[in-house]
Order: sequence, then C-alpha cells, then structure tokens
Amino acid sequence: MLLIPCPYCGERAELEFRYGGEAHFRRPDNHLEASDESWANYLFMRKNPKGWHRERWMHIAGCKRWFYVVRHTVTHRIAAAYKVGDPWPDLPA
Amino acid sequence: MTQDFRLAKGGRVDRDKPLRFLFDGVAYDGLAGDTLASALLANGIHLVARSFKYHRPRGIFGLGLEEPNALVETGIGAAVEPNARATAVELADGLIANSQNNWPSLRFDIGAASDLLSPLFSAGFYYKTFMGPAGAWKFYEWLIRRAAGVGRAPDLPDPDRYEHSYAHTDVLVIGAGPAGLSAALSAGRAGARVLLVDDQVEPGGQLLNTSYTVNGRPAIDWVAEATAELDRLPDARRFARTVAFGAYDHGYVACVERAVPVTQGHVRWRERIWHVRATEIVLAAGAIERPIIFDGNDRPGTMLASAARGYANRYGVASGRRAVVFANNDDAYRSALDLAEAGVEVAAIVDLRPDPSGTLPALAREKGIRVLSGHAVVGTRGRARLKAVEAAPIDDASRRQVIECDLLAVSGGWNPALHLYAHAGGKAAYAKALAAFVPGTPADRMSIVGSAAGEFTLARCLADGSRAGAEAARRAGFTASQPSLVLDADEPEADARIGPTVAPSRGGKRFVDLHNDVTEADLRLAVREGYRSVEHAKRYTTWGMGPDQGKTGNILGLSVLSDALGQEVPQVGTTTFRPPYHPVSFGALAGRDTGDLVVPLRKTPMDSWHEKQGALFEPVGQWRRAKAYPKPGESMHHAAEREVKAARESVGLFDASTLGKIDIRGPGAAALIDRVYCNAFASLKPGNARYGLMLGEDGMLKDDGVTARLGPDHFHMTTTTGGAASVYVWIEDWLQTEWLDLEVYLTSVTEQWAVATLSGPKARQVLGPLTDVDLAAGAFPFMAFREGRVAGLPARIFRVSFSGDLSYEINVPARHGLALWEALMESGRPHGITPYGTEALHILRAEKGYIVVGHETDGTITPYDLGYGAMVAKKKDYLGRRSLTRSGMTGPDRKHLVGLLTKDPARVLPMGAQIVERPSEVRPLPMIGHVTSSYMSPTMKRGIAMALVKNGRERMGQTVYLPMLDGPTVAAEIVSHVFYDPENQRRDG
Ligand SMILES: [Zn+2]
Repeated sequence: MLLIPCPYCGERAELEFRYGGEAHFRRPDNHLEASDESWANYLFMRKNPKGWHRERWMHIAGCKRWFYVVRHTVTHRIAAAYKVGDPWPDLPA
Repeated sequence: MTQDFRLAKGGRVDRDKPLRFLFDGVAYDGLAGDTLASALLANGIHLVARSFKYHRPRGIFGLGLEEPNALVETGIGAAVEPNARATAVELADGLIANSQNNWPSLRFDIGAASDLLSPLFSAGFYYKTFMGPAGAWKFYEWLIRRAAGVGRAPDLPDPDRYEHSYAHTDVLVIGAGPAGLSAALSAGRAGARVLLVDDQVEPGGQLLNTSYTVNGRPAIDWVAEATAELDRLPDARRFARTVAFGAYDHGYVACVERAVPVTQGHVRWRERIWHVRATEIVLAAGAIERPIIFDGNDRPGTMLASAARGYANRYGVASGRRAVVFANNDDAYRSALDLAEAGVEVAAIVDLRPDPSGTLPALAREKGIRVLSGHAVVGTRGRARLKAVEAAPIDDASRRQVIECDLLAVSGGWNPALHLYAHAGGKAAYAKALAAFVPGTPADRMSIVGSAAGEFTLARCLADGSRAGAEAARRAGFTASQPSLVLDADEPEADARIGPTVAPSRGGKRFVDLHNDVTEADLRLAVREGYRSVEHAKRYTTWGMGPDQGKTGNILGLSVLSDALGQEVPQVGTTTFRPPYHPVSFGALAGRDTGDLVVPLRKTPMDSWHEKQGALFEPVGQWRRAKAYPKPGESMHHAAEREVKAARESVGLFDASTLGKIDIRGPGAAALIDRVYCNAFASLKPGNARYGLMLGEDGMLKDDGVTARLGPDHFHMTTTTGGAASVYVWIEDWLQTEWLDLEVYLTSVTEQWAVATLSGPKARQVLGPLTDVDLAAGAFPFMAFREGRVAGLPARIFRVSFSGDLSYEINVPARHGLALWEALMESGRPHGITPYGTEALHILRAEKGYIVVGHETDGTITPYDLGYGAMVAKKKDYLGRRSLTRSGMTGPDRKHLVGLLTKDPARVLPMGAQIVERPSEVRPLPMIGHVTSSYMSPTMKRGIAMALVKNGRERMGQTVYLPMLDGPTVAAEIVSHVFYDPENQRRDG
C-alpha cells in the first residue's frame, strides 16, 4: 500500500485516494475541430511506461483535491507530488 | 504420562507450572513455556504427522516457523485450526491437538500404501493425469484429493474474533534476536519511535536456544537487561507472538499477532493484523538451518541440529538418548557440544568435510566425541522412529558402519531469512562460501543485519545491529547521541567453510521439500523432461510451493538443479519469495469485516417504517431499498402488481431518498451545468427543473437525472443511486484540472435529504392538505420546483415523474424523512395510498419507456442510440460532443432502443436474452441485440420488454426471435419502447 504525499494534507495511505491515470495528456485545442486521429489519441492512448510516470490522484477520503504524483512504476518510489498549476518537477535520473 | 525426556535441569520452562494436554486423545503433561512440539518431545513423541503425498511417517523436524512436518490440528468443533505447526503452538492447559492426514490412525495409516505406489506419484503426476484417456482425470482427481492433503477446515462458522490495528513508527525492527534487540535499543536511545516485533513469546532469538555468553555472562542475561532498558524508553514498543509476514511499499509491513492462549472461555481476539507503517525498517529475521539431502532423510527422529540444541537449551528436553550429528559445517559442533552438555550421548559427528580441524571440532574431540570426517550418512533405519544410521566414507560406500541412535541431528549450514527483504524489492546474491543467498541490491527503507545478512558470529550480530539501529534512527531524522553498545561476545571461533549439502546416494528416498514430498529424483526427472527454468521446475514438482515456501528446501533444490543442469547456482537462478512469509488465517485477514460488517449498510430515514411493514429489501449499491411490500400470503410479484395498479389508478408513495444529490453553487455554476449535460441548460430558469443526459468524453451515456435551478447561482443536481460518487469525482476533476475559469463549489448532499415521491392521479389531493404550496397545474407545472412547507416541515418539491402519472418528489431534511412519510401516508389514507417499492418503480418506468442507466445503457450507448437525439444541443459545447461525430457513432450498425411485444402476451422475456433475425440459420446465429428490461405489465396486461437492437428504429413492426436456453424460441414484434401514454396526457393528473 503506497504512502502518498498529498500536497494539501501530507502523507496518507493509498486507500484514502482514487487513481486517475496518466497526467497532463492534453485535450486537443479547438477540440470540436480536432481530427479523428488526435481525438482518438486523447481518448484512448496512454503511456504506461516502465519507469517514472506522472499521474493523477484524488484525495477522495480527505481534501477531495486532484493533484499530480511522479511515481516509478517498477519500484513504486514517489519522487514528487504537486498541485494543479505548479511547475512540473523534473523526473529523477 | 511422565516426561521421560525432560532434562533434570535447565531450560526456560516453569517447572512449577505443569500443564496437561491431549494429543490424539492421549493425555500428556508439559510445562508452562513449552510449545506443543517441545512437550511432545519431552514425552518421547517424535511421530506426529503423515506426509502430504506418500503418507510417510514424519516427526518433529524444526524448532519454529520453519517446521515442514509437524502440522497438527488444534481445538475442537468450530474453533478447530488446521495445519498449525506444533513447533509454534504455545502449550496451554487443556490444549487439544490431533494429527492429520491419516486414517484410521497415525501409526497405522492406510494411505501409506501410496508410498509403495510412489513411482506413480512422480514429478508432474498431476499434470500427466490430464493426458490420459477421457474420464481418467475424474478418477485421479478423486484419488489425489483424498490421498494428498493436509488438515480439514472446520465447517462451522468461526466463533472467534479477529482484529486489525494500525501502528506508525520511525524504526521497525523485525526480529528480537541479538541483532534486532541491539538495533532497537540503539534506535530507541537516539529518541526514535521504535517498534520491535518477534514471533516468539519472549525476546532473544537464537540466544534462547544456544549457550553463548556476552561480557562473560550468559547471553540471556544481556537479553533481559536490554529488554528492560527498551521497555523503559517512552517511545519504544515490543510486540511478541507477532509474525511480520509481508513487506510492501513505502515502509508498509503487515504483521499478525496471536493472542496469549487461554484455557477458560474465549480470548477477546484470537489474532490481530498490524498494519505497520515505518520510516525505516531493520530486518533482523535471523537464519534458518539447512538440512542435507541423504537417503532416508525424513525418518522420525531426524531433525535440524539447531532444533535439537534448542529443545535442550530452551525447553530442557532431550530429543533422544543417543544422537548422531550429521554436519557439513562447524556450527553443528556447537549443537553436538550442547547436546552432550545436556546429557545426551553423542555417538558420532559425521562430517562431510575431509578435514574438520578448527577450534570447535577440537573441542568436540576433547569431550570424547567421535568425529567421522569425510563421511556421510547414507541410510537410516527404523520405521516410525529412527533406530540407527548407516555412515560411510564419501568415496567408499562399501565401508558402511551402522551406528545405533534415536536422534539424527542434521546441519547443512544456515540460510539467511531474506523473505521480507525480497518482498521489499531486494535481489539476493549467492555467497558461495556460505552456500547461501545473502542481501544483494538495496531494498527500499530496509537495512538487513545479523545472520539475516549472512553474519553468523554473535559479536558481529551485536555490533552490526547496534550500528544499523542508530543509522536507521538518523535516516528517520534522529541524532544518535549515546555511544553504541560495546559488547564482548566470547565464542570459540568457527571455521567458515561449508561442505556439500548432498550426500552420496544409494537409491533410497531423498527429500528436498519435506512438506510437499518432493524428492531429489523428482527434480532430476523434471530437468530430464525439459523443465530447465527454476520457476518451471518448481511448479512442475511443487518444490517450495507448500507451506514450507522454501524455508528449508530452497537451497537444497537449487543445488540439485545446479548439478542436473551443470550450471552454478547463480546461473540456475532462484525462485521468488512472495508474501506471506508464514501462513495467515483467513479469519485474521478478514478481521471484523465479516457478516453485517463486510460492507456498511446504508439505510434511508424511512427504513424502519419499511421494515415494520414487512418490506422485502434489495441491495442497490451499499443501500438497501424496499423492493415490495407484500401483504400476508402475497408473493413479491403479486405485491408489485398491486402497487403498480395503485400508483396508476389512485396514488402510491415511494422512498426515493437514495438518489444521488449534489448541491452546486457559485458564479460559474450555470456554465458548469451547461458543460456537463449534453442537452441545453442555459435557458433553465430559477424555479424550474430539467432532465439531463451526462456523457463521458467518449460520447457514451454516463449518468442521467433531474437538475433544478434553485437560484441564479445555485443548483440541485440528482444522479442515479449508483452513480452518485463517480459523477461527483468526475465533475470535480473537470473543475479542478481543466475548467479553472469556473468558480463553483460542489457538496455531496445525498444523505442530507430524505425524498418521498407521491405518484398517481390522486397525488394532488394527498399533498394539498399538507402544504402551503399552490399545487394547481397552472401554478406548479410539470418540471417545476417549489420551496415551501409540507406537514409543517421545510420542503423542496419537484414536479417530475418517473412513472408518467402526476408525481411530486418531496425533499425534506433527512431527520424529518420519517415524519414526512407518516404524514403523507395519513393524508393519503382516504385515497387508498399504497407504498410501492423498487420492483413497482421499475415496472412503472418501463411501461412509460423511461431508461435506467445500467439497464438500457452499458457504456457503449449514445443519446442517439436511445432515440434522444432531439434533446442533444446543437449549438453549445459539452463533454462528449466531439465523440458523437466520430466514425462508427452513427449508421446502420448502431443499436437502437426499441420495445418488444411477444406474440404470446403472457410471455415475459428474460432480461439479457439475445435477439436474432432468423432462428433456423446455422449456428452460431448472428445476434442483433438483447433485452434490457422486461416485465409483466399490470397496466398493459401483457409482457413488455425494452431492447437494444441493431438499427432497431428501422425495424418497427418486424418480427425477431429470441432463442431460449430452456425451451422453444420466442417470437416478438419490434415496437416503440413507450407502451403507456405516449401522448403524455396523464402527467398533470
Ligand atoms: Zn489531501
């Protein structure tokens, strides 16, 4: 069970959170005019990397805020957590 | 019975506290401080079990959790615990234990015939039976399930209680041996919160089982002093009887604590799971002695040398009168010396090494113990108990000598207990000198010390433990101000050299995994049959897959594979240790989450009324909802039929409190509502409500519900009962991460409001006398919302309808729900008001053709599929809009919502039934849709169904077919899904 550092509440156990998948995938600008391909890409394609991953979490049993976490998908190490609008921290080497 | 093998003195048992217990129905005496195993041995009992596959007689082999043989059943009736290790069962007065896996008795077990048939049960036997003639597997399965086995689970509910607790600590130390205890002490001295867990009753680890000294005094005295100091520290805690069974992410370690056994009445809890979250972990789990592979190595009376030493030192028990020690390392000589010191005659030490010449062998020889160097045990004699061993020089089996003995103490070196290190992500490295795996790559937040790290001298255990504890405290943010412990452990120096772990074979049975009855021959056969990967060989033979989990058999199996494959052990690889380290009962894992506590039951404010009326309930999400209110002698279906009739002809009352409700406020509220619904909402005026369709970004219907505008910046949104939480999270997601331009505040108010729905032509007459709101159709039209008082209670009334008839949804603060309900029932009495449940609700809405998300939708259905295209806004943007124009979202392949009328009006189609065009075609028939809702309609007086059918709207009037599992195919006609009042003439009453 992960220990997730909510940027608003501090470290809490994973069971207080809801996972939201990959972070920062962009809704196409002028989305109503987006090509079928770029729209499908936005809807369905996610990275699923082996390694560092920026992802979305919501502190559902706490402050109910969505935020971002940099987590390693193999070791589960968490390098950073940051708020919506914060500058993106670098991925660890 | 007398304890003939209890030593005259010594041990940590309380000789003033005799305890009586039963094993296989025979009463024996033991002492407080005994385990079941030590008490049995004190009474000369070695044979305690029959093996898993061959039913071979087996004796006590180990001293603790590593025991592969002595699995017994404890307790009686519902409290039976199968597969308890006798070596880990704390003796209590009145304890009842029984052997398992034998019939009719332990001494005479018919299943032992399978030992004679053992060539049949070779490696992969299980899989090979799949290949036999058809039907053979059925017979073999019956045979295998009867023959192979361990204990039987009780078939009564467990009467005991199990708990879960949480613990947070700076430093978690696993293992209270010399390394762990000194680690805990130095971390504690630095001021860190320390938690020390250990599976034994008292701290000390191997110091309890051995005769070491610290600073010139018995090491156990140091244990007492260190423990006393630790207990004085305000932030240090110790959990005894607690096994750390799994190390997970981010310092999370799961432990299970067992209660102090009681003999009278019940324990408050029997086992307790500790969810420990630690900043730093010091793993001091010790090491497990390794056996040696030799012919007949499972004869009762054969045990680990460390176990024989432990029974003598800790429990004051001689495991035999005359012992042979079979060794490949110096530490075995300590066991031999301790046995001799305790008064056991050591007939010989058989050492696989050609020249054991260090201090310890010299000491043994000084004591007059015969050392047969370069020799191996090549056979054992006896059946239910060892009578003699056969020893021979390694290179000359013909010079065999028979040594009479009743105890064979085996030592093949030590395996560091790296299980939790592996759980935490560590990758072990092979240390050839130790013939064992030691920690390799670092594991997250974990340091490994003492013999778990392959450091087998007491001095190193003490010094490394102390240093690791201080470092862990420092990493957790504490400064070690006290000097670390300075201790002098004087011990004879051991020669680190380890001999081979496999003795020469003379063709006898040689077990690698005692628990699963896996032999050296099985592993070699697996390799010959092509299972060259260590993971494949493991699964094919089941080596290491039983409760043993490789504790005693891991390295032995690897050395066999290494030889068979002609590869070094590191090239052979190793299997993966996974939690749990030690079996954990389902009771403990479930904790209090059993019965009614599995899932919290949500009840509406009117629930007690429904219950008093004898309502039938059904679960909806976590809610329980009244399904129908049958009168005495009435079936659920008859009740629902009566309730539907009342709601159509006079008036019904429905508890709709479970509807999801979200209060939405803020200057951006109107814009938000307009973006999340695909139909127009901007034009909605305060005081009015509208039915909305919510799509996912993929354009599929996600949820639906009525939303009312309470004020310019204030909305009351309703969602489906099951969708409340996910809709809330979804909207928050958009607000917080995409629509930062909107200032809106969402509050889940599902449980703040009780909702009673009056429905039927008489609804106005029932509500009128109770309220100050003008109910005239002109003043309070369909889809309007009013605030006022009902029965003196503050209320919000919505004129919406889910039945097609005149309806009022009356919301009051939850605490008034029951009062509202009772007032409505009272007011409705002259009109024959009838409470109706969810079954009638579903019939009413299906008659009217209203959809239910999850019935008529399944995540692949758009508003156009449902025939709601006219509702979809053309001008505004909303979530999911772009997807509605993707290819595949329109065209003749889409399924449309339609109605179905069976040719036989009495026929009610099963929900989910598949629809085909031509039933006589060759199977498999192409399926063009399925039934989504289906009921016997009391209003239409016939069966009605809703269905999703490919291009359904173009098939009106067509006949389609529904093949049934249990009868002839049913024909039905495609019609409109609105069966009742398609002109909406009934909704004003
Ligand atoms: Zn939070």
